[in-house]
Amino acid sequence: MTDITAHWTLALPEIWVLSMACVTLLADLFFAAKLRNIAAVLTGLTLVGAAALTFMLMGQRGAAFNGMFIADPFANVTNLFSYLSVFLVVVYSGRYLRERGLYRGEVFVLLLFALLGVMIMASGGNLLTIYLGLELLALSQYALVAMYRDSLVATEAGLKYFVLGALASGLLLYGMSLLYGLTGSLDVQDIAAGLVNVTGSNLVLVFAMVFITAGIAFKLGAAPFHMWLPDVYQGAPTAITLFLASAPKLGAFALIIRLLVDGGYGVMAVWQQIFIVLALASLVVGNVIAIAQGNIKRMLAYSTVGHVGFLSLGVLAGTLNGLASALFYTVVYVLMSLAGFGMILLLTRAGFEAERIDDFKGLAQRKPWYAAMMLIIMFSMAGVPPTVGFYAKLAVFQAVIDAGYVWIAVIGVLLAVIGAFYYLRVVKVMYFDAPEDAAPEIARDDVAAAFMSVNSVALLILGILPGPLMAFCIYALQGVI
Amino acid sequence: MTLNITSILFYAFSLVLLGAATMVVIARNPVYATLYLVLTFFSAAAIFLLLGAEFLGLILILVYVGAVMVLFLFVVMMLDINLARLKEGFLSYLPLGLAIAALGVLELAMVYWTAPMGQVPAPAPFPGNYDNTRALGYVLYTQYLYPFEIAAAILLVAIIAAIALTLRRRSGSKNQRTEEQLLVRAKDRVHLVDLRIKKH
Repeated sequence: MTDITAHWTLALPEIWVLSMACVTLLADLFFAAKLRNIAAVLTGLTLVGAAALTFMLMGQRGAAFNGMFIADPFANVTNLFSYLSVFLVVVYSGRYLRERGLYRGEVFVLLLFALLGVMIMASGGNLLTIYLGLELLALSQYALVAMYRDSLVATEAGLKYFVLGALASGLLLYGMSLLYGLTGSLDVQDIAAGLVNVTGSNLVLVFAMVFITAGIAFKLGAAPFHMWLPDVYQGAPTAITLFLASAPKLGAFALIIRLLVDGGYGVMAVWQQIFIVLALASLVVGNVIAIAQGNIKRMLAYSTVGHVGFLSLGVLAGTLNGLASALFYTVVYVLMSLAGFGMILLLTRAGFEAERIDDFKGLAQRKPWYAAMMLIIMFSMAGVPPTVGFYAKLAVFQAVIDAGYVWIAVIGVLLAVIGAFYYLRVVKVMYFDAPEDAAPEIARDDVAAAFMSVNSVALLILGILPGPLMAFCIYALQGVI
Repeated sequence: MTLNITSILFYAFSLVLLGAATMVVIARNPVYATLYLVLTFFSAAAIFLLLGAEFLGLILILVYVGAVMVLFLFVVMMLDINLARLKEGFLSYLPLGLAIAALGVLELAMVYWTAPMGQVPAPAPFPGNYDNTRALGYVLYTQYLYPFEIAAAILLVAIIAAIALTLRRRSGSKNQRTEEQLLVRAKDRVHLVDLRIKKH
């Protein structure tokens, strides 16, 4: 056996985040009475330190811990975007949490552990570590959703999420066990080698791929496995919804790359068909049902299902360009939903949730800049040209057409047009409706507003200059395929 | 069949195990049932020891007998269980229960008849200095070091989540503050008052 500790330095960012999560937990216990912000500040420091470590290790390829840990550009890129999204979550949600008595150290510690789960999945080289990373992420998420105990809907959402999440883990594990039975190994590289001799018509293989894809679809929130998503997004405290829509989606995308592309690229034809069904169902469900929603969190939840449909288009193309455009779409989705839910957070006050679309009425008169930011976010989600949402959609459509599925692209474009309706309705409400008399005054939150401005303007700038981000995504996936 | 000391012990423990397991089901008092369950685990642990799996045997006692069953006992003693209600409808559920049991026996029999029982050779006996605690530890801390650490992190998250979700500090509740009690000195509590007795 080779030395188990060889190349352990490749896992330095993971080790740093784990250690700092424990430090944050203890520091919060002893110093929170005097220094209220200590957990948030330490979380920020952790993220900055982790980003520095990841930059230091950038581009190194290798395996550690007997191939259970894989270091490659994809893991680096996923980690970097995850740090960024958790950082923005911490900045946007501070005031909201404080006003609801949730500004507690555990929230930040659980955020760090969830981040660690995403990082472990992103560099998992073994079914065992991938599954454990997923559970680490999922457990932290269940607890975060249920943390707001004074709210009945949050508790209900936590329970629903827990039960359905456990079901999804079960499906994924069942698929993994079938894969193990087929190839006799838990190591992803060995599985890829073992599947060379397996034909696509092998029934066990088909079952394994169906279960694994179903598990991933559950975590992503792709229809028909999206049932938990609207209830959980609506029920969870908005600050937590903000998190659910960010780093975990990158983690779910990492599952696709590690399990289906690293492990099952040889049998792509099997899971490609499943993704066609998932993509079409998600596009229809997400874009059509969102029209009927009056609650903006619920609307954004259905819009998430729709976005998952679009990114699945990139995955089903299966080429380097397709997967890179899917990663691009995931990153853009994370940026857009951070901005979208962040805007809801900006409008909330103690005792007022600002989660109805009607709460945005006349925002243009009350806060012109907020309304302008929301305009950019909604245009980007709808895919209106100068914004990055347009380029993301264009890239996945291009990949699907190159892969020879013109009809899928046509359906996708049609549903994108249908989806534009409900995004534009929010814009109409903001600019052309009079504000409600009872609308409470908007609280000042300068730091969050400043970051929100950068976030929204970034959506515009990335739309005009998408080249660097796209090149970054291609760089991430070059070694994978 | 040769009767050496190992097989005599095996049959003895198995008999105790089966008897105790039956008593778990039919005991009237739930506390007795729980105690019989402890006995069941104990006998199972003894059988593990006979098989040379001493780590599994000890863990079974430590975890199940030491922790899980004590928890069970607490719960059973704290709950006010109405025995009469529990026994209600026993007869109406009996046919279904028996059918399930029969199905289980049938499945076991099918495995027994179809599996290549005699064809699998018995595993080679381990050398005398073989120690499966050491072997398990070796694998766990070398080959599976990374997943082992992640599992530890998951358990930590479970602890944090359980405490964060259930601990609620209520203002005005009358609980002890141990640290303040320990810091108390005699002069905080006892005042010596100089009372002069007036002489009439």
